[in-house]
Amino acid sequence: MRHILSVLIENEAGALSRVTGLFSARGYNIDSLTVQTTEDPTLSRMTIVTHGSDDVIEQITKQLNKLIEVVKVIDLNEADHIERELMLIKVRAAGRDRDEMKRMADIFRGRIIDVTEKTYTIELTGTGEKLDAFIKGLDPTAILETVRTGASGIARGERILKI
Amino acid sequence: MEHLSGAEIVTRCLREEDVEFVFGYPGGAVLEIYDAIFRQTNFKHVLVRHEQAAVHAADAYSRSSNKVGVALVTSGPGATNAITGIATAYMDSIPLVVISGQVPSGAIGLDAFQEVDMVGCSRPIVKHNFLVKDVRDLAATFKKAFYIAASGRPGPVVIDIPKDVTIAKCAYEYPETINIRSYNPPTKGHPGQIKKAAQLLAEAKRPFIYVGGGAVQGGASAQVTELVRMLNVPCTNTLMGLGALDGTDPNFVGMLGMHGTYEANLAMQYCDVLIAIGARFDDRVISVPNQFLSNPKKIVHIDVDPSSIAKRVKVDVPIVGDVKHVLTDLVAVLKETGAKPNADALANWWKQIDEWRKPNSLLYTPSTEVIKPQHVIETLWKVTNGEAIVTSDVGQHQMWAAQYYKFRRPKQWINSGGLGTMGFGLPAAMGAQLANPDAQVACVTGEGSIQMNIQELSTCKQYHTPVKVLSLNNRYLGMVRQWQEFFYGTRYSESYMDALPDFVKIAEAYGHVGFKVENPADVEPVLREAFGPGLKERLVFIDFRTDPSENVFPMIQNGRGLNQMDLPEHMRGLQQTPFENNRDYGNLC
Ligand SMILES: Cc1cc2nc3c(=O)[nH]c(=O)nc-3n(C[C@H](O)[C@H](O)[C@H](O)COP(=O)(O)OP(=O)(O)OC[C@H]3O[C@@H](n4cnc5c(N)ncnc54)[C@H](O)[C@@H]3O)c2cc1C
Ligand SMILES: Cc1ncc(C[n+]2csc(CCOP(=O)(O)OP(=O)(O)O)c2C)c(N)n1
Ligand SMILES: [Mg+2]
Repeated sequence: MRHILSVLIENEAGALSRVTGLFSARGYNIDSLTVQTTEDPTLSRMTIVTHGSDDVIEQITKQLNKLIEVVKVIDLNEADHIERELMLIKVRAAGRDRDEMKRMADIFRGRIIDVTEKTYTIELTGTGEKLDAFIKGLDPTAILETVRTGASGIARGERILKI
Repeated sequence: MEHLSGAEIVTRCLREEDVEFVFGYPGGAVLEIYDAIFRQTNFKHVLVRHEQAAVHAADAYSRSSNKVGVALVTSGPGATNAITGIATAYMDSIPLVVISGQVPSGAIGLDAFQEVDMVGCSRPIVKHNFLVKDVRDLAATFKKAFYIAASGRPGPVVIDIPKDVTIAKCAYEYPETINIRSYNPPTKGHPGQIKKAAQLLAEAKRPFIYVGGGAVQGGASAQVTELVRMLNVPCTNTLMGLGALDGTDPNFVGMLGMHGTYEANLAMQYCDVLIAIGARFDDRVISVPNQFLSNPKKIVHIDVDPSSIAKRVKVDVPIVGDVKHVLTDLVAVLKETGAKPNADALANWWKQIDEWRKPNSLLYTPSTEVIKPQHVIETLWKVTNGEAIVTSDVGQHQMWAAQYYKFRRPKQWINSGGLGTMGFGLPAAMGAQLANPDAQVACVTGEGSIQMNIQELSTCKQYHTPVKVLSLNNRYLGMVRQWQEFFYGTRYSESYMDALPDFVKIAEAYGHVGFKVENPADVEPVLREAFGPGLKERLVFIDFRTDPSENVFPMIQNGRGLNQMDLPEHMRGLQQTPFENNRDYGNLC
């Protein structure tokens, strides 16, 4: 099953490589990983999307907690949560495609953030599925370039990951 | 406050941590540190002949004492030579601080001379590691490193120090305490879980206690013994747990696992309540989890590392905590409630265990023609009154040492279990002897393994470590040969050691005493001489020419269950189920 893990980790050099090293050394999957410092500059927060049986997810959580620099790990799947991913996509937008592209972006609540005579660059946020759906909806030959961040996640309501 | 150079800070930190010996080897990146070592008298430096040996010696120093071992190596090849030693300590959860030199900060990343990314290389085999970029962080890093290495589940910690940091100066003060907010190893176990464990024990008909290296590392031998005696339950030790319960204790059923005894393996398979204490259900112990669980049992698992629990086997009562604390509480609960297993059921279980013991799975055929390796170990036990510290290398000789030397106390048996590192034994014996100058230290090795770190005979000479090396020379990489005999149709591919050296001459060339023993009748007299007062101060190397065709039994083949052992000749064909006349087990067969 797919799981989203949120990890609070000391904002120190090398901490990220400990996490990625752990996943590769133990044969765990990383579907995506995002990381940035938090409002507290001594801490970073990662969102790791992974998949595996319950036993594997339990081991992943334990092994992450075992890393000295990891402060806290939660499995967002244990309760309601929200996830978002950002995509920047550059598409061909010349001739009659131009209006169609604009319409597609609007339907998906995307924003056109860069325009040239022949291209649009569209910014789109949402769940991974929504971004997938957008890509699927386009003529593949119109897509020039995509870049996606991977999911960031947060629990709903009172459940908070903090120290 | 004093102003010191980074190198001086290193030596001062080691003094603060009461370090007695640093095992190391110099080189460009650590010359400042070596200069500071020259100018201090608080600890002794032991100059090994290969960095791998420095780490093994520091490791065994720790295994045979209650202290953290310390090794010091230079950058590049010094650091990579240390890797096998670090991995060995990591797999067996041994607390070490390994200091490695690094090229100057400004040269990092430029493929500088003798540059290697030590933090990267060692990452998967350390509990933690540090690259110290600022001399002002050095003292706190040492404090953290020693704390992390020794607390919780112990393990090696690497401190990588660029040369410029050893030269730079700063105000020095050693922190008295350290707080790492992201690291809080557990101590006491959950009282509710401990109560549940007590209750399970009280309901047990066939209770069994399985004790591992965690009880040795955690200093919980007294608590283990108390629990076993109090409940009168049979108990086994893993290879790493040997000595946690006295090997001569009537409740001890021997080691379990791939080369465990018949009774230990069958008790493990057919028990109904299992208490696992600081043991990690290793594949060389329980083999295949499904097979192991095919006879239902309730499992209590006590471990300080949550990731050891439910890793290979699901358990019913996980208890995360330090084994000494948890066992103390468990014993208290049992005393308070008077809970204990049903006396009749327990008596029946013991009857069964005694039946399993009867054929003696460690029986071997003695010989007056050729030296049987088991006989050497039994004689070693006799000659040393079972009191020696025994280190070993890896192979058949290791298993025979584990099976036939009945270890009386924890920290008496020192071997590489998790990584199985050939070349461990001799440097380990040296480290153990330095930690225990008055003890008799024996290194049980093979003619293959000894040659992986034989250069340490030179270090032993320099530092007067009078260890006794017992080489069970079967002219084969015996353990490999045994597998080839069993599984590869006796095709002995590259397991024969041709062109063996004259070990007696080697010993003598290094300034030691060497004996060659070919006649079984000479085993005891030679051992008595080696351990006798005349050679007390000397390293003695004994080249025992042992039976090349001897195999280690019992043995569990890969993929087989604990009740599917290959048994020694005299037990072939014996049932590996509870005996039929014991009606309680009928439904288990
Ligand atoms: C040739 C060869 C053959 C082998 N055959 C066998 C065999 O037949 N039988 C056998 O048993 N082994 C055998 N081994 C060894 C095997 O590979 C493992 O190393 C060993 O079984 C592991 O022992 P352990 O379970 O006691 O765990 P260890 O590796 O000693 O781990 C200790 C456990 O205790 C925990 N712990 C540490 N400190 C504490 C504390 N203070 N409180 C609580 N928990 C703590 C740790 O977290 C860890 O989970 C063999 C090895 C070799 C090289
Ligand atoms: C460094 C290393 N290389 C290879 C092995 C694989 N191995 C395990 S036992 C063994 C044979 C050891 O031979 P010897 O030291 O003569 O001991 P014996 O089994 O004959 O008693 C080998 C090669 C190992 N454990 N370690
Ligand atoms: Mg051999």
